[in-house]
Amino acid sequence: MKEKIIYLDNSASTRLDERVLEAMKPYYFDTYAVATSEFAYTLGILAREGLDEAREKLATKLGGNTEELIFTSGSTESSNLAIKGVLKAKHKEGNHIITSKIEDFPVLNSAKSLERDGLKVTYLDVDKKGIVDLEHLKEAITKETILISIQHANQEIGTTQDIKAISDISFDKNILFHTDATHTFTRLPLNVSKIPIDLVTISAHTIHGPRGIGSLFIKKDTPIKKELDGGFQEQNIRAGIENIPGAIGFAKAAELVTKEENEKIKNLRDSLIDKILKEVPDVDLNGHRTKRIPQNANITFHSVEGESITLHLDMNGIAVSTGSACFSRSLEASHVILGIGGDHEQAHGSIRFTFGRYNDIKEVDTVVQVISDVVERLRKISPLAKKRSD
Amino acid sequence: MKLPYSEKVLDHFKNPRNVGECEDPDGKSVEGSPACGDMVQLTIKVDEKTRIITDIKFMSYGCASNIATGSIITEIAKGKTLDEAKKISWKTASEELGGLPAVKAHCSVLAVSALREAIRNYEEKHGIVEKPEPTTEEVVKRRLQHVMNPLTGLDVIRTNLITSIKIEGDDKKIIEISVDLSEDHQFANNVKEEIKEKLQYRNDVDEVIVIFKK
Repeated sequence: MKEKIIYLDNSASTRLDERVLEAMKPYYFDTYAVATSEFAYTLGILAREGLDEAREKLATKLGGNTEELIFTSGSTESSNLAIKGVLKAKHKEGNHIITSKIEDFPVLNSAKSLERDGLKVTYLDVDKKGIVDLEHLKEAITKETILISIQHANQEIGTTQDIKAISDISFDKNILFHTDATHTFTRLPLNVSKIPIDLVTISAHTIHGPRGIGSLFIKKDTPIKKELDGGFQEQNIRAGIENIPGAIGFAKAAELVTKEENEKIKNLRDSLIDKILKEVPDVDLNGHRTKRIPQNANITFHSVEGESITLHLDMNGIAVSTGSACFSRSLEASHVILGIGGDHEQAHGSIRFTFGRYNDIKEVDTVVQVISDVVERLRKISPLAKKRSD
Repeated sequence: MKLPYSEKVLDHFKNPRNVGECEDPDGKSVEGSPACGDMVQLTIKVDEKTRIITDIKFMSYGCASNIATGSIITEIAKGKTLDEAKKISWKTASEELGGLPAVKAHCSVLAVSALREAIRNYEEKHGIVEKPEPTTEEVVKRRLQHVMNPLTGLDVIRTNLITSIKIEGDDKKIIEISVDLSEDHQFANNVKEEIKEKLQYRNDVDEVIVIFKK
């Protein structure tokens, strides 16, 4: 590769920050023991202290107590545990959960899998900007409802939900509330001491931390049963040898995200949106203009197909993703774009740009120029573009 | 760069050949649809005496495989007689391109169907097809295999979206197609338009009626 890659797929995964790696290293080479009890050997006690320190830092960031946070292998496991673990603990009290149509796959597919086993699930509608219909939420609640799982922000279009209102509703009805905060943790304010939430999924891979480490915040006394059988680690909720270097790296990554960085990322994102809307004809911004995470832009380029755009961008050293069916492993169009009332054409030409720590304004200008050329070229050969302009 | 495509696919994707529309085309076809996925349009010019394809142009709304296949098909078909061109298959195109990912078969096969339909369109217009095939239920089903079920991305026949097909009349047929979608479904109109487009230009069809679920 001749030039540096312009990486705008930071919601998929991020480049590790060197400082994170430095913090992790001692737990691979020096304090490499398992976390033991305080009555065991020194190395194990030191490992335990490192792990608990990381736990405390992350719990504090979320506004919770240290013992309310357990480590997992990432968002997928956290959300699976939240939903299936609560159901296991509360199945005698009710047989209904509520989620939304545009959740990320860990929540959506956990719900679908439980549905096949007989659980009743309501998938809430969202409006054209991706905001959950709160009236629909209130109406959907029954005596059987034991859990509401609604994401803090969407993985594709970046729309943020009014988790305060959802928290109020769930509190009022005495129903547990889980939120997937994979794309908002440290990027947007999220404090469970201000907005009570029972379960929160977070992950390191979206904030320049290591992959394979995430957490589930579980408010004290929340009924939940373990999913993986094994040892008694993580308060007997998540078995398996703790990923201590990962936990240390996660805490460090969370510590390194600053308000200034979030502001910078938001400005880059806004600049990209403004320039594309101005310079490329026949495009639509997907999601809400302001109620969105700072790192996300998602734009539909009408009359062209997303995989063709991403391939051209890749040949120009730019990495993005698309909601087009042709791009996905399942060959299914984005359920998020379809969920906000878009058709396959809108999903087909949708491109997601997600920013991170290592992007700069020069890259934004390059991307705008390349994408406007690529889209123009593809429209020249598109029978639809001709139709739309006629 | 690490991509699942051959050099030749990428070459045709980056620099597609024979793009656009022939002027006063002798045959024309559109396969696929914007509602459900990729789309290819082909126009051909044919020498009436020799029945050789003298010019062929394509347009594509699709992914890399779709664009590359459209492009290679025009190269292969140009200069061939109609009978030779009819024999061009997806395999021919794929081999010529140095292979296509199997998962992309459905995007790339459209160009092949488009070529066959453009030839058929020419033959129907020029009365070459000795006896135009009457529109039977079988023919309707075959045509509707090119209409995608937007809910699944697979065709409406295979996914049982068509609940009944009624054909009345002889040389001015009225075709009634019942669809397992309600009228206010977000894709109802797309599906309706596509079904009509696939059938209403046949020379023994007078009207196509699409009926939605009550």
